[in-house]
Amino acid sequence: MNFTDATRSRVEISAEADLTHNVRPLLHEIRHALQQLSQTGETHVIDLRRIPMAPGEEARILELLGEGEIKATLTVLGRSTIIETAYAGVWIITHYNESDEILGRFIEITDAPAILKSQKEEIALAAAQLFKMLSADQPTKEETRNDSDQS
Amino acid sequence: MTAIKAESRRPADETLGEALRSHGISRRGFLKFCATTASLMALPPAMIPVVASALEKARRPSVIWLSFQECTGCTESLTRSHATTIESLIFDHISLDYHHTLQAASGTAAEAAREAAMRDNHGQYLLIVDGSIPLGNPGYSTIAGVSNLDMLRETAEGAAGIIAIGTCAAYGGLPHAAPNPTGAVSVSEIITDKPIVNVPGCPPIPVVITGVLTHFLTFGTLPELDSIGRPMAFYGQNIHDRCYRRSFYDRGLFAETFDDEGARKGWCLYKLGCKGPVTYNACATTKWNNGTSFPIESGHPCLGCSEPDFWDMGGFYRTLSMPTGHFSTALGYGVAIGAAAGLASALLGRSERDKARSAHEKVSVDDLDKGGSS
Repeated sequence: MNFTDATRSRVEISAEADLTHNVRPLLHEIRHALQQLSQTGETHVIDLRRIPMAPGEEARILELLGEGEIKATLTVLGRSTIIETAYAGVWIITHYNESDEILGRFIEITDAPAILKSQKEEIALAAAQLFKMLSADQPTKEETRNDSDQS
Repeated sequence: MTAIKAESRRPADETLGEALRSHGISRRGFLKFCATTASLMALPPAMIPVVASALEKARRPSVIWLSFQECTGCTESLTRSHATTIESLIFDHISLDYHHTLQAASGTAAEAAREAAMRDNHGQYLLIVDGSIPLGNPGYSTIAGVSNLDMLRETAEGAAGIIAIGTCAAYGGLPHAAPNPTGAVSVSEIITDKPIVNVPGCPPIPVVITGVLTHFLTFGTLPELDSIGRPMAFYGQNIHDRCYRRSFYDRGLFAETFDDEGARKGWCLYKLGCKGPVTYNACATTKWNNGTSFPIESGHPCLGCSEPDFWDMGGFYRTLSMPTGHFSTALGYGVAIGAAAGLASALLGRSERDKARSAHEKVSVDDLDKGGSS
C-alpha cells in the first residue's frame, strides 16, 4: 500500500504511542457514518487536512482501513487516486497537483464517490458527440445509390 | 488548476468555469478543483457544491500588492504555496497588476501599471499590503519617491477591500517592536473606511494566504473575521486547543529543556515558552511545507507570530504563566507577557547593552533574550 506519501519523512510511531489518539475517534466517526449510509443512504466526507494529526497517525488510519477491490486513478489537473478501503463504502480520495504533491486527502463514506461517476453534463455531451460521429460516417443517399449501381 | 499556463491568459470577462472548459478541463477536473479549493478555504466538505456553483461564475479580480517595511518573507511564503501555484494564482485566479518582487516592469512603467489598474478597476480591485507603515519620518521607506503612507492612502481609496498580509501589515510586527524606531503602524491604524482582512503570521501559512484570496475570488466577499480582523476559518481556534501534544499538557507532562526525556518523548513544550495557549492560527492542522509539520511538531515552542506584539511578549522561551523573575524583582512587574513587559525588557536590555558596549563586553543571545538582567 502506498498511502504514506505525505508522511514518509515523519517519525514513525505506533498507534499505541501515547499521543492524541486521533486514530480511534476517527474510526468511530467512520463507523457512525457507515451506519448512517446503510440505514438512510446519507453520505459523509472527512477532510483529513482539518484534523490535527500527530506524526504517523494519518498513515496508521489509512493502514488500518486497508485496501479493497477498487483502485482508480484520475488524470486531470494532476493525479488523483480513488481507493475503496477494505471496508465497503469507505473510500480514500487523494488529490495531487502536477508536481505530484498532495493537495488534499478525503475519506468519503458513500456507495461511490461523485468524482468516480460519469458526470451528467458529459454524458449528454458524449451522446451528442457519438451521434455526430456516426452521422459523419453515414453515407449519403447519393453515395448509397452509386454503390448499388456499381455492384 | 495548474494546467492553464501563462500563454493562455484569461480575458477579464471570462468566468473560471468557462476558462476551465475552454482548456479542456473535464467536469471531474472541476470537481477536483472545487474539493481542493473548499479545503483550502477551510470550508467543510458539505460546502463543495456551493463552492462549485460560485467558482463556475467567478471572474478575475484586479489585485494590487504593495510592500512597505517588510522582509519579503510573506511573498516567499506565498510563492511556495503547494496548493495553488503562483503561476495559476497570477494568470488564472487573479489579475496581479502590481507587485514589486514579481512584476517584470520597474520604475516609471511599474508605477504606470499601478495607476492604470487603479483607474480601470476603481472601486473593484483588491489591495494587498505586506509590511508596516512608518509614521516617524516619511523617508524611512519610500517607493518611487512616494512615502509608504501616501501610497497606501492613494491606493486604498479605490479599493474594494484590503488584505493585510503578515504580522507587520496586520499589527506592526517586527518594525513595531519596542522601541519602534520608525514609528511603524499597521494598515488598519491608517485606513479606517475600508473592509480590511488581517492575515498575520511571520510569515502567514501559504495556503492561508491563497485561501483568503480564493475566498474573495469565489464569493466576491471577504471572509468572517474575529475581533482583531483575522479570518475565523483559519484563526478561529488556538494552537493549544488543536495541538497534538495537548494531552501531555492535560496530564502535566512537560519538556523542561530541549534535550531532556520529555523533549525526546514529544511532551508538551509549555514550559519552554510555547505561546500556543494565546495564539490563534492554523499551523496545528494545515501545517507547513506541504503539510509536513509545524514548529511544535519539530520540537520548538510556538512563538505566537500571528498575535499582535509577539516580539514583545517577554521572551520566546519564557513560560507564559511564569512571573517574570528578574523583571518582577528589578522593576516590580507581576506579569510575564504583554506590551508593558516587552517595554521593560527592551529598556532593561538596552541599559545592559549600553554598559556592555562601553566596557567592550560581548552580549550573548541569552543576555538579549533575558533582557540582560540575568
